[in-house]
Amino acid sequence: MNSPTTQPAVRASGLVKSFGDHRAVDGVDLEVHRGEVFGVLGPNGAGKTTMLKMLATLLPIDGGTGEVFGHDVATEPHLVRQLLGVTGQYASVDENLTATENLWLFARLQGLGRAEARQRGARLLEQFDLTEAASKPISAFSGGMRRRLDLAASLITRPPLIFLDEPTTGLDPRTRGQMWDTIRELVTEGSTVLLTTQYLDEADQLADRIAVIDHGRKVAEGTADELKSSVGRSTLQLQLVDPSDLPTASALAQQLLGEEPTLTPESRRVTVALQRTDQSVDLLVALRDRGVAIESVTVQKPSLDEVFLALTGHDTGEDTGEDTAEDTADQPTQNTQNTQPQDMEASR
Amino acid sequence: MTTLSPERPDTVDLAPHVSLSDTISQTMTLAWRATVKMRRSLEVMFDVTIQPLIFTAMFAYIFGGAISGDVGSYLPLIIPGLIGQTVLTACVATGVQLRTDLDSGVFDRFKVLPIARIAPLAGPMVADMLRYLIAAVLTFTVGIAIGYRPGGGFAGVAGAILLAVVAGWSLAWIFTFFGLVGRNAQGVQGISLLVMFPLTFLSNAFVPTDTMPRPLEAFAEVNPVSLVITALRDLANRGEVTGAVGWALVGCAVVVAIFAPLSVRRFKKM
Repeated sequence: MNSPTTQPAVRASGLVKSFGDHRAVDGVDLEVHRGEVFGVLGPNGAGKTTMLKMLATLLPIDGGTGEVFGHDVATEPHLVRQLLGVTGQYASVDENLTATENLWLFARLQGLGRAEARQRGARLLEQFDLTEAASKPISAFSGGMRRRLDLAASLITRPPLIFLDEPTTGLDPRTRGQMWDTIRELVTEGSTVLLTTQYLDEADQLADRIAVIDHGRKVAEGTADELKSSVGRSTLQLQLVDPSDLPTASALAQQLLGEEPTLTPESRRVTVALQRTDQSVDLLVALRDRGVAIESVTVQKPSLDEVFLALTGHDTGEDTGEDTAEDTADQPTQNTQNTQPQDMEASR
Repeated sequence: MTTLSPERPDTVDLAPHVSLSDTISQTMTLAWRATVKMRRSLEVMFDVTIQPLIFTAMFAYIFGGAISGDVGSYLPLIIPGLIGQTVLTACVATGVQLRTDLDSGVFDRFKVLPIARIAPLAGPMVADMLRYLIAAVLTFTVGIAIGYRPGGGFAGVAGAILLAVVAGWSLAWIFTFFGLVGRNAQGVQGISLLVMFPLTFLSNAFVPTDTMPRPLEAFAEVNPVSLVITALRDLANRGEVTGAVGWALVGCAVVVAIFAPLSVRRFKKM
């Protein structure tokens, strides 16, 4: 047994959950270090939420083990719950109460005294920009406000570990940006965050490390950069000054890099895949020797979309399409127009 | 930004389990939540306000002559019986509301909080004692208005009301269990009515049990609803804490002992 200070925030090994014949989570190993944002990335139905629910003591574990700061999730759920704040996919606040009453309720339930409960609630409302709406019914709240209140409710006892299940699904871009800022702040303050997302962009922006989950299995893990380079193949884009140099540049690229370049004569552009990034130098030197003038050079890493496609053999596009339909149905509030799918459409 | 700064995981004072006093305070906090909900949707009070008003007068005038010869002599029998019946009906609503509540997102949060598992179930039930109280008081009031003169006097009536509230809380565990088992609110309503009707009518609420066929009479005599109603009659009509009161409390305790653990177990598995 490790000493408590070196225990990872979350450790899962061989986690399994079956619903009938369907294995929603099929032997996932995870280790979330203290103080990091760990992203679980996967399309809808990949088993992300199920996994999170098991680790949060909300669903019984069918196989394998889960630990939170060294405490077993299955045998010590009460200890785990004391260390954990959970914000679900759909806001879990009481619709019948006001924002103030909600925070008061959750604070009192967790043993805060009356004065402290009131104080902390007021401070959280202020922090999450909800003071004006404090005594309005939740039914009058927008999707973003609910989500913020939900997160505030999870932070009442300042838990060292926070689970965020798709924190920005269904939010408009501005609210999404605010949510991201809040999450970043949490980490600066020392919290550990385990978040699930179906947005590559979100994982890229927030997570220190990412596990890619598909069909209940972990298909890859690493930093965004590691994942991108594991798929290899950055691309080199050259823009030439003189379009008549295109054939020369193309021939050189083919000869030096062994790859067929793509030519875009209208913009005098040559695009070619790289096995290794430093190969680009060879081509640039050769071009200069031949007197080919270059207007601009860019080396691009693959996007996470491409990573996902390479890892799972399918992109997130179809799944996200369904998700948007669901999101709109489940979030009757405003701002459900969500730019994510279009972003991904564009980058595909 | 101090609000966000988290506790260090190693300095958090972890409690190995929820203490009894915490369980009670959590239950009371959740009872407070339920009373706030009640205040905001008063239609949940219909079954304990309108129903006793109508049923009491209706039953007294319709069955009074047939069963006891005249309305006046039927009242000491029917008023405690109606209190039992109304409280039982109010218990059905407890289960149905729990189901509706379970389906809302907030229960997910209750489940993940380090609170006693029984608190989210018992909390609303404590608040519902208010509803049983209203039902019992109103039924007595209507009864007295149409000529019922409880022989037990004020103390007897107060005792009967207290017993009705305690019995309501106990019997509500049956319907809380159904609330946890049923798939949706309609389903819960369905099963609950199916159970509530035999419990009400196969009791001594409206008629003396000795007119029933033998097997039904046997059931009616051990039916906790009958035990409660007999005790209510003893308290209200005679002002005596008889053995029947003891049996009623035993009946209630048995119901709680069976259905509370079943409910908590079921809730833990959800």
